[in-house]
Amino acid sequence: MSLTSAHSVVAPSATSKRVAGTIIVLYALISIVPLLWIFATSFKTPPDSIAYPPKILFQPSLEGYCNLFSTRTRQTPEYINSLGPATGVCDETVRKRNMVIAGPSNFMPRFVNSLIIAFGSTFCAVFLGTLSAYGFSRFKVPLADDLLFFILSTRMMPPIAVAIPIYLMYRELGLSDTALGMILLYTAVNVSLAVWLLKGFIDEIPREYEEAAMIDGYTRLQAFWRTVLPQATTGIAATAIFCLIFAWNEYAFAALLTSGTAQTAPPFIPTIIGEGGQDWPAVAAGTTIFLVPILVFTILLRKQLLRGITFGAVRK
Amino acid sequence: MAEIRVEHLRKAFGDFVAVQDSNFVVGHGEFFVMLGPSGCGKTTTLRMIAGLELPTGGKILLGGEDVTMRRARERDIAFVFQLFALYPHMNVRKNIGFPLLAQGMPGAEIRTRVEETAKLLRIDHLLNKSVSGLAGGDRQRVALGRAIVRRPKCFLMDEPLGTLDTEFRDLMVHELRELHNRIHATTVYVTHDQMEAMSMADKIAVMNHGVIEQFGTPREIYDRPATMFVADFIGSPPMNFLGFGGGLSKGAREIVVQGAKVAVPEVREDIAPADMALGIRPEHIRFDDGSKLRGAIYGTEYLGTTQIVAVETSDGIIKARVPAEIRLNPGDHVGLSLSSARLSLFEKSSGRAVRTAIHDGVSQGRAQHG
Repeated sequence: MSLTSAHSVVAPSATSKRVAGTIIVLYALISIVPLLWIFATSFKTPPDSIAYPPKILFQPSLEGYCNLFSTRTRQTPEYINSLGPATGVCDETVRKRNMVIAGPSNFMPRFVNSLIIAFGSTFCAVFLGTLSAYGFSRFKVPLADDLLFFILSTRMMPPIAVAIPIYLMYRELGLSDTALGMILLYTAVNVSLAVWLLKGFIDEIPREYEEAAMIDGYTRLQAFWRTVLPQATTGIAATAIFCLIFAWNEYAFAALLTSGTAQTAPPFIPTIIGEGGQDWPAVAAGTTIFLVPILVFTILLRKQLLRGITFGAVRK
Repeated sequence: MAEIRVEHLRKAFGDFVAVQDSNFVVGHGEFFVMLGPSGCGKTTTLRMIAGLELPTGGKILLGGEDVTMRRARERDIAFVFQLFALYPHMNVRKNIGFPLLAQGMPGAEIRTRVEETAKLLRIDHLLNKSVSGLAGGDRQRVALGRAIVRRPKCFLMDEPLGTLDTEFRDLMVHELRELHNRIHATTVYVTHDQMEAMSMADKIAVMNHGVIEQFGTPREIYDRPATMFVADFIGSPPMNFLGFGGGLSKGAREIVVQGAKVAVPEVREDIAPADMALGIRPEHIRFDDGSKLRGAIYGTEYLGTTQIVAVETSDGIIKARVPAEIRLNPGDHVGLSLSSARLSLFEKSSGRAVRTAIHDGVSQGRAQHG
């Protein structure tokens, strides 16, 4: 190494930067290829989707989306010809396969269930989490350390380990296949994460703010609402995303506990395969639409998410 | 505005006693400073007056009313925090108006009150600014504004200048005292900085280990320290101590220190033989070759108008403050002459000051805290 080049001991060298960059690009590719594959498949026709070798270039089709949102019945060509002109893109696409649209599929109600259950449980978990985190952060709670450990310990086993007792309890309580049951369940799972994450954030807000507000004539709850909450928004947003992602993606409990009215999208999407052959484009279309809300949410709040992930990594 | 009376106040956190048996009265409109090293209990005392901590024992009276167990918001006091605690999500106007909003005051009235207050503190041009962009001194003014806008019974300030840089600090010391002179609010001010305390206070309480060591005016505390701790804590450099042995009897006017006879203020009490200390402020030492009390120059610290000279004696280093013109070289032997009228005598074991002629006509600070 030449003596003239300024060499920093803190900044990474060019070589290590390049190595790190390559690893990140590789990792990003590995992560994104399946997503792109699903996205591409959703615009293929069923024959194209199972073609071998796989088609990279193909004629895009909306058949997957049409099939996702509709139920269809097979008819004779004569009957189809006897119908009037096709009323839309989907009608036309479906008729080419000698079928007519019989009605809407269950996808929309399932998707709405997912939205209600995921956002509902996220709201409950964050609400309860914020209040308990504030309590743990500011008051002398008897056995606080033990309680916090107990709350954390609920995350130490995979939630599915308690699936059978919960299944039996829910059956007895009449909570099986209800949105309320699923919201309660996801809230229970998420609240431990919410308490721990939010406690970290609230610990960082100096208590002088509430003390100042309380001396200035506010009650503790008012002080909390007006001075602590506005400063905890970053933490609350980060926590909300984590909770939402869990509740949105959860498959096992949903498959076990919901089958009809309260069924969420994750257990519903695979059932599409069964209807009229292996309809991979419809499954891919369902998955693509399913990804959208979480994608939008994450992009909107990515800064908070990053802070949530790196939180506590550097202490002052 | 009101008088604050603290009686037998005590606070323990588990086994740790933060404040033990504090008693003091802050008169109506007085500027009272609690001074002491960190962990001495001064902030805890202040927080108990504010209602942010509840005492383990004792009473707090605000304007004659017992508020010991009342909630902070029911006490009608204002508190200025060391870190200002300005709400970062509100601008200056909202920060100052926040206490008025709690009282349900109509918007128009809040507006006029906030503007009056801002004018008083010369921050009216900053009202619509965000607090996060303000300089230290302006943040402090906003914090003060939030305190005075409500016209509370008294002000409590917890090292409000602690985080400012020296330049701002001197300015704010001046401004705070000026503000106090204008609005005459009863103020309790906590600091560890003796310069702030001496320059602002009407009365000072010097605290250590949860105990008030002395309560009095700045002059009393400086000239007649009640304990060795106070003597050592106040003054820069602090009071010098020269050890001597033997007892004292009433009426004595002379003691023997390091073989030299030293005239002292007439002793007013009998003290059984014990280890004693003679206390002398650096500015009360002169160099005099005729004196029997001798030492060698160890080093000097030039300060412009004066210089601090460290002299090594047989009982350790003594610091003297002498005019800057005197030429001195390390190693020179000098004689030390002490201004007899300004000497203090202490009992080493208890640290207590011996009663002498300098206490004539005043009640000794510590006596009232038994």
